[in-house]
Order: sequence, then structure tokens, then C-alpha cells
Amino acid sequence: MRTFLAAFAATTMLAGAAQATTVYPLDRATILAGSPFDFKVELNKQVKPEDVKITVNGQDYKTVLGGEAQFVELEKGKEDKALGSALLLRGLKISAPGAYKVEVAAGDETKSVTWNVYETAGQPKAKNIIFLLGDGLSVAHRTAARIMSKGMTEGKANGRLNMDDLERMAFIGTSATNAVDTDSANTMSAFMTGHKTAVNAIGVYADRTPASLDDPRVETFGEAVRRTTKKSIGIVATAEVEDATPAAVVSHTRNRNDKADVVGMLLDVKPEVLLGGGSAYFLGKEVPGSKRKDNQDYIKLFQDAGYKLATDKNELAANASAEGNLLGLFHTGNMDVTLDREFLKKGTVDKFPNQPGLVAMTKVALDRLSKNPDGFFLMVEGSSIDKMSHPLDWDRAVIETIEFDQAIGVAREFQKSHPDTLIVVTGDHTHGVSIIGTVDDDKPGTEMREKVGTYAEAGFPNYKDENGDGYPDKIDVSRRLFLSANNGPDHYETFRPKLDGPFVPAVQNEKKEYVANEQYKDVPGAVFVQGNIPKTGDSGVHAVDDVVLQSAGPGSEEFHGYMEQSDVYRVLADTFALGAKQTN
Amino acid sequence: MEKLPSLHLSRRGLIGAIGTLAFVAAARPSFAAGSVMSFDELYGKFGVLGLEFSDKVKRLAGQEISMKGFMAPPLKAEAQFFVLTEVPMSLCPFCSSDADWPDNIVVVYLSEKQTFVQPRQTIEVRGTLEYGSWTDPDTGFVSLLRIRQAEYSAV
Repeated sequence: MRTFLAAFAATTMLAGAAQATTVYPLDRATILAGSPFDFKVELNKQVKPEDVKITVNGQDYKTVLGGEAQFVELEKGKEDKALGSALLLRGLKISAPGAYKVEVAAGDETKSVTWNVYETAGQPKAKNIIFLLGDGLSVAHRTAARIMSKGMTEGKANGRLNMDDLERMAFIGTSATNAVDTDSANTMSAFMTGHKTAVNAIGVYADRTPASLDDPRVETFGEAVRRTTKKSIGIVATAEVEDATPAAVVSHTRNRNDKADVVGMLLDVKPEVLLGGGSAYFLGKEVPGSKRKDNQDYIKLFQDAGYKLATDKNELAANASAEGNLLGLFHTGNMDVTLDREFLKKGTVDKFPNQPGLVAMTKVALDRLSKNPDGFFLMVEGSSIDKMSHPLDWDRAVIETIEFDQAIGVAREFQKSHPDTLIVVTGDHTHGVSIIGTVDDDKPGTEMREKVGTYAEAGFPNYKDENGDGYPDKIDVSRRLFLSANNGPDHYETFRPKLDGPFVPAVQNEKKEYVANEQYKDVPGAVFVQGNIPKTGDSGVHAVDDVVLQSAGPGSEEFHGYMEQSDVYRVLADTFALGAKQTN
Repeated sequence: MEKLPSLHLSRRGLIGAIGTLAFVAAARPSFAAGSVMSFDELYGKFGVLGLEFSDKVKRLAGQEISMKGFMAPPLKAEAQFFVLTEVPMSLCPFCSSDADWPDNIVVVYLSEKQTFVQPRQTIEVRGTLEYGSWTDPDTGFVSLLRIRQAEYSAV
């Protein structure tokens, strides 16, 4: 998937380079008043500095933007390809709200963009925000989670998920600046900066130069909270903590794979609580298991900066109510998913047997962050809903959704005793998946597709939760939900849960094409499903469908109708009154 | 009468086979191509703060070993090195320089260029085991476990 995204980004960047003059921030950008951002103009031709004229609302830009841009005579692309001249002004701020029309003229090139600088409420509406993001959370995931967790009788659900009772909601458009389809980096970056960006980019606009760490930056929510408040920041994920979603709370890079650099950016902002996987990027390259290319020991650097370290469930519990900052790393890579971690003991659970789950991590984060009398921002990511949906492993993805919902339950409990808390629950993109009925092993015949029940033949699944833990006691029941993907690589559909470990639908051949993994060919009743995406893709891809956002608490009234991801930031900023300085 | 010679031959063959086995087993520590390594035996300890190579890896470093696994798709069609993986890889770990490093892989440096095999084909690699961090000067890739002067064949 990563390979596919990288190739995709490369082609779209090339296409962008051939277009007209580009100004960053892009046209129709929305900018928080007082929030620092980088201004960049990319010209298609090499020009002299005196030939460039830039005005903002008709005045010389230097007067309005408060500084002079550095002139770059010639920017170069890959293999020293000449790209044209550029102007760059970093870290400028606009304090007065309003429309800002930026006009650029250089020789025969002209470009005009308009930014909307907005202010926020003068007073915060809430003391705390808990932002819960189900990565890849689609409607099918939540419907399946409700049915598997609570059951259904005569067509009515026997119970409700925690997310079902968040009263205020919006549909969120997730497209990127360079593509109708999105990834976690672009969407979380838009949620966390108020600016949409390109696929694979975090906290920056994606410029045309090859370097990934020099692109024009915009302020992240984590940085804005630091700049304007004394609130604490918490980041909790079941993925690597330097993966796109957690990284986007504080980081800036054109390439989400700059994970070693992201660890340094996390240390720069110093979230009070940082919990998840991904310790491999904290270890110097000499240590077996490291994924760094240098010998920086970030475990030590975090400890030197005052962090307590927890590496398993017991150490996390022991740190639940301690003072000071907490770094919890529970896996060298992504943490194992709930189905493997708690039930099947597959995946890498034998190597990391004592990993906490999202619920335990969320509880500890809330215990610690709520000690701050000024409040906090906590981001909780149910990371593996997406990570299990890419390989079309729907059972694992749904069990992850149940765990994510239980973390929402922890947040809702906290909100009962702390009503000055805004809770936001959303996804960053959807997956091409739907529930279309059931698979019933007791239907006659050997062909599994004949056991698929649609419409009246579907009946209801027979999951049970006799121990009341919210998870079905077993997932390989005789009549189970049938979730089906609308896209994917060549693969074998087995119509059964993957009890031996996460599904690997396709493997690469010598032509670098992904072909169906023959490991599943001989599963009784398995059928070959021909892929409908390019053969460079190894797994199912994100869907462009809107995601649902739901919320409760002060500030949530601003969520309604259709919104862009970047509009979500504005609600968060307004809830904390980040457009009005509170501390200096 | 007829059965006796064949019985005799069989016994001789059997004794011979036992003798050969015993010889190989006894000679293994000093003979080059003997020690078999499996993916399960690479690390003695897993942990968030790092992994530890097993005593077997430390003991056999610098010696010839053989190891079975799968060839991950290499960077180039004809490469001097590739990655040996425990399971057929759905992701090429070397497709980009930012790629993640799975724990259950070993880098194989060939004594001479060989052509690519299907990633689903089990292969056996023979060569000299080496451990410790090493950066490839051509690709900048950091590896922790390597088999050098290697050759491989499908099994």
C-alpha cells in the first residue's frame, strides 16, 4: 500500500509541476488568525527578483505580511531538472481576520489566490477536547461492530454502541489537494492544521522540490495549543506513534515515511502523554530491532526530558496516576490487533505478550492529563481498523472497531464528571466495504458462495457474548456477517475468518505485480477474486466516500451538514479560543 | 537362499547410511556447510527496547550456515543482494529507502549476481553468517543480520 501511495504521489507531483504558478497557502485556504505559516510562490520560469511583483489586497506584500521573502533564483527537481524561480517567507502571521487577495506577477506569469483569515471565540467553550479517530472508520465497520457486539433480534439492534449516542454530527469530505482520494496523512493533517494538503503530507503544503522536510509549513493543533494555552497534550494510538495520524498532531513533512524525523518532532513539542507502538524508531541503529539510520537514542532523550517510560501493560498501570510526562511504547512496530492480542494469540503476540489495549491506554492518558487545571487535548486513534481493512481482513477490522468504541465509552464516562469536555469521533477516510448478508455453514452444498445469504436468505448472525465483555465469544460462528470489498488486488475469498493470523491477500511476483496469495487457495470453498485496481496495489484502497463525524459537549453545536476536513480544525480552534491569546 | 544376499545388502546399506549420518553429525562443527539456521532461532529475546541475537547466531557468526525462506522482491532485476523472509512478503521491504525493517528477515549478499525467483518459492541459502549493524555503501541500507558469499537454490 505504501509503495502504491509513494508512486501515486510521485506522478501527481510531476503533473503539478507542469501547471501554472503556484502560491502556498493555496487559493481558498482558511487560516487561524495569529497562527504562523510559510508563504511560498513557485514560478514556472527563471526570473530576476526585480521582475516579481506581489501584492496583498493591493498593497506591497512586505507591508501586509510583515517580512521579505527569500528569493530562490532556480529551484531544481530530480536529476537537477530546472523548475523555475521561487519566493519563500517562513513563519509569518496574520492577526487581523478577513479576506486576503494575493496577486503575483512575474513576466508573463500571473496568479491570484484569496485566503480567509478567521478569528475564534474570545473565550474557550470547553476546557478539554478528546478527539477520537477511527482510522478508516466506515459505516460498514460500525454497523458490523454493533451487530457483532450487541446482537440483533427481529431486525432491531439489541444494544447501542457508545458512538451511537453522540448527538451532533456532520458529513466530512476527505479529498486531498492533489487527488480525490485521500490518505491518513492528508486528512489528519487537515483536521490538525485547518489546511488540506497532498497525499502523504503532514503539516505542510506539498511543494515541487524533492526534499521532504523543507516544504511550506502550517501550524499544527498541538503547536497552536502550546503557543496559546497552558493545556496538556496527549497522543494515544495502537499504530506506531510516528505513523501518520499520531504524527499529524505535531509534525511537518511531505513524506509520512520520515518516521525517524517525526520522533524528533514529537520530542520538540513534548506531548505530556505519548502511548503506542513504534519503539524501533526510538532505538539507535546498533540495537537489533532498530529502524533508525543513525545512532540517536530517543528513549534516553525523552527520559532526559523528564519522561517516565512504560514498555508493557504492567508498567503502564503502575504509571496511571503518577506525575510528569509519560512515554509508553509497547511494540517495536504497530501493536497487535485486539483479536490477536486478547483472543487468538496470533500475529506477534508471542514476542510482545503484555501489550495494553486502546481502552487501558485511554484511561491512563485521561487520568494523567486531567491533573492539569488548565485542561488538555487528547487524540486517541483506533489505528488498526484501517490496518486490517487494507488486507480485507474484515473480522479483525470490526473487532478493532469494537475496541475503538469501548475507548469512546471511557471518554464518555470522563465527560459525565467533566462536562466541560468536547468529544469528537470521526474517521479520516472510508474503505470500500459493505455488509451484504451472512455466510451460513449449514446451508447445503460445498460451494461457499451458495452459503452466502442475501435479503431474506440472510437471516441473522449467531454471534454470542456470554461473558459480557462486548466482544463476540467467537468470530467463526456458523452463521456470520458477510462483509465484502468493492476493490482489491487479485485474492482468494475464503468466506471465513482468518484464525491463523492477519490475511495477506496478495504477494508480488517477478514482474512486480501483486498476485493472489496461494496460501489461501486450498481453503475449502475458496474462490479466486480478480482484482480491479492496478496490479501495483497489494491491498484494498481507501474509498472517497464522506466520513461521518459525531460529537458531544460544548463546541459540538458547530458540527453540522457537510464540512471539509479542514473545517473541523476551525471548530476545535474555536472551542479552545486559539485565535485569542490566553497566556501572553 | 534367495533372500539372504538381499538381506545382507540391505543391512550393509543401512549400516553405511548410519555411518554417513554419524560422520556428518560429528563433523558438523568443523565442516563448512553444516549448520542449519531457522527464523525462530535468530533472536534470543524480543522487547520494546530492542531485540537480542540468539546464542546460536553469536556462536555461528563467521561460519557457513544454510537457511530456508522466501526471496523478497529485490530492488533491481539483477541484484547482488536480496532479503530472505520467513513468509512470502506481500510488501517489498526494499521498495523505498524509507521501508520498514521486519524482524524476520535476513539480508543475503550473493557471491555473484543471480536472477530473481518467485517470491512464493521456498529457497535454501548457503553462506557465511554475520551479525551487527552494517550500512551498505551503495544503497545506504542498514542491516542487522546478513549471509555473505551466498548462493541459493530452490527447494
